[in-house]
Amino acid sequence: MAEQILEINRENYDHYNEDKYIYKAKPGLSKEIVEEISKQKNEPEWMLNKRLKAFEIFQKLPMPSWGPSLNDLDLNNIIFFHRPDAKRNATDWNEVPEDIKKTFERLGIPEAERTALGGAGAQYESDVVYHNLKKEWEDKGVIFLDCDEALQKHPELVKKYFMTSCVSPTLHKFAALHAAVWSGGTFIYVPPYVKVSMPLQAYFRMNAQKGGQFEHTLIIVDKNAEVQYIEGCSAPQYNVNSLHAGCVEIHVLEGARARYSSIENWSKNTYNLNTKRALVQKDGVIEWINGNMGSKVTMLYPTSVLIGENAKSDFIGVAFAGKGQNQDTGTKVYHLAKNTTSVVKSKSISKDGGITTYRGLLHIKNGASNCKSNVNCDALMMDNISKSNTVPYMDVKEKEVDLGHEATVGKISDEQVFYLMSRGLSKETATQMIVSGFIEPVVKALPLEYAVELNRLIELEMEGSLG
Amino acid sequence: MGHPRYQITNGKIMLNGKDATNAEPDERAKNGLFLSFQYPQEISGVSVSNFLRTALNAKREKPISVPDFHKLLQEKMALLKMDKSFALRYVNEGFSGGEKKRAEILQMAVLHPQIAILDETDSGLDIDALKTVANGVNALKGPETGILLITHYQRILNYITPDKVHIVIDGRIVKSGGKELALQVEEKGYDWVRPKVTA
Repeated sequence: MAEQILEINRENYDHYNEDKYIYKAKPGLSKEIVEEISKQKNEPEWMLNKRLKAFEIFQKLPMPSWGPSLNDLDLNNIIFFHRPDAKRNATDWNEVPEDIKKTFERLGIPEAERTALGGAGAQYESDVVYHNLKKEWEDKGVIFLDCDEALQKHPELVKKYFMTSCVSPTLHKFAALHAAVWSGGTFIYVPPYVKVSMPLQAYFRMNAQKGGQFEHTLIIVDKNAEVQYIEGCSAPQYNVNSLHAGCVEIHVLEGARARYSSIENWSKNTYNLNTKRALVQKDGVIEWINGNMGSKVTMLYPTSVLIGENAKSDFIGVAFAGKGQNQDTGTKVYHLAKNTTSVVKSKSISKDGGITTYRGLLHIKNGASNCKSNVNCDALMMDNISKSNTVPYMDVKEKEVDLGHEATVGKISDEQVFYLMSRGLSKETATQMIVSGFIEPVVKALPLEYAVELNRLIELEMEGSLG
Repeated sequence: MGHPRYQITNGKIMLNGKDATNAEPDERAKNGLFLSFQYPQEISGVSVSNFLRTALNAKREKPISVPDFHKLLQEKMALLKMDKSFALRYVNEGFSGGEKKRAEILQMAVLHPQIAILDETDSGLDIDALKTVANGVNALKGPETGILLITHYQRILNYITPDKVHIVIDGRIVKSGGKELALQVEEKGYDWVRPKVTA
């Protein structure tokens, strides 16, 4: 029974549709493509200028000189803009072309929307093909749109918050690239004092070969408001490389609270060079829950900038690297105000020669007294050929702080496996059980359906791996 | 039990008439063998309940239903005077010495083996815990389950009446007898049964 579910599960991610499109750029990036994207989206001039300026910055900035090698990523071979033959932002799944609808059904999106979500969006290649918010939340003034549509309908909000104070296009080369070619994504605005009790979700799916996906997620949680947002991502496996360079910006205003959860399960030929950052004002709380399973190379360090007093950041991350995978992830926290708190809990698993790295930064500004930070990273290696690194940077300019850092690296223990086997569990089940226990603190924090997905993905990765 | 670091250099292990010499630990368990560990491993993040249900299902052809399992687990926990919250704790993590021993006996009670080897289950237990554990053992032993109790002390035998007592020194049985043998040892120590060393 369990195996049957697993079979279907693998097919769900790897199934791909025939490539039907209304526009597909030639591989590679040029000023013309940037202009074409903006033109097709009928964007205001300031956005076009922003894109072009970012494109210049992109050309000037060097590739990162640290972390995993990006030598195999040939940007001349990536398709930067690719629009499926589908209506944009349908609010009824029946208006979504059958093959695309089926893809999302396999991933369980419409089902989750009906049962557990306040709203859902679905992006396919460069365009958002489905987007809907339950009326209850719309009536309370919540805005939940695809980012392109938000630009048309709420230009003032987008202009104020889009890649300005949170993520600047000058941050690094791939942030600049993203600003030049971004397409689709999510826009959320929650008015003051509104607490959205059901999570909003978006799913990003790449289907075609050599794909590039650059969705932009912009979340503004106004004073004392609350929201939970979930992102899922996947792509089928090809033998040529693809690129995902998304960007997530979260503005947590005074006393507000945002929880961002994401399970990224890109195919193992995807370079996942992603930027996520939250700006947290006084008394605000940001919670990050990140699962990184797929991809060939991931470089992702969700960042909390605590700029108001008593602001809080809570980060939970789990990364899995199998054969040929390099997961370079972690988190950065900037404590820029007094009494700010951060908690980091990171778990990584490496197997069959995979590499996981926890790369973190903790910065405490001079004068930011009474800050508290607790960093905890655990790595589990399944064999002798896999690698795990921990690179925690600490940059503390203030004396009155309370810091804790703990890191453990271990190999899966023969004694534990033996103990479980002595109770009748097969070696495979015993190993799976130890691994699911290891990531339990992360799974516990996820909404149920994602917890199930994460556990199944881990089981899939562990399957047949033991001799 | 088939620990990977033990090598069998000589002899055979027969379990219920079947040769288990080279069997993996899980096969031995499925054939009815159980070992209560002196120092059981902690399995972080895995609840006692989840672990035991998986272990029980590994032995069964058809998985036990969740409500049936909980009924069984609650019943055995009540027998061992364990709090209900115990089922949700992570396996052996943060358990006191006594709780670990009790958890081992709980596993035995749920898995219902044919042969259970209890390795110094009594060491480190206070008198109340000892009585509870002994009650658990007494409830299980019988024609369906044989128990091999390994101990240094007579104390636990005040609560569990052995059918046979064997004294093992340096890996060999040096004397066998009934329950009175243990009492004799308690009185006289081990020296009188120790094999004479000849020069």
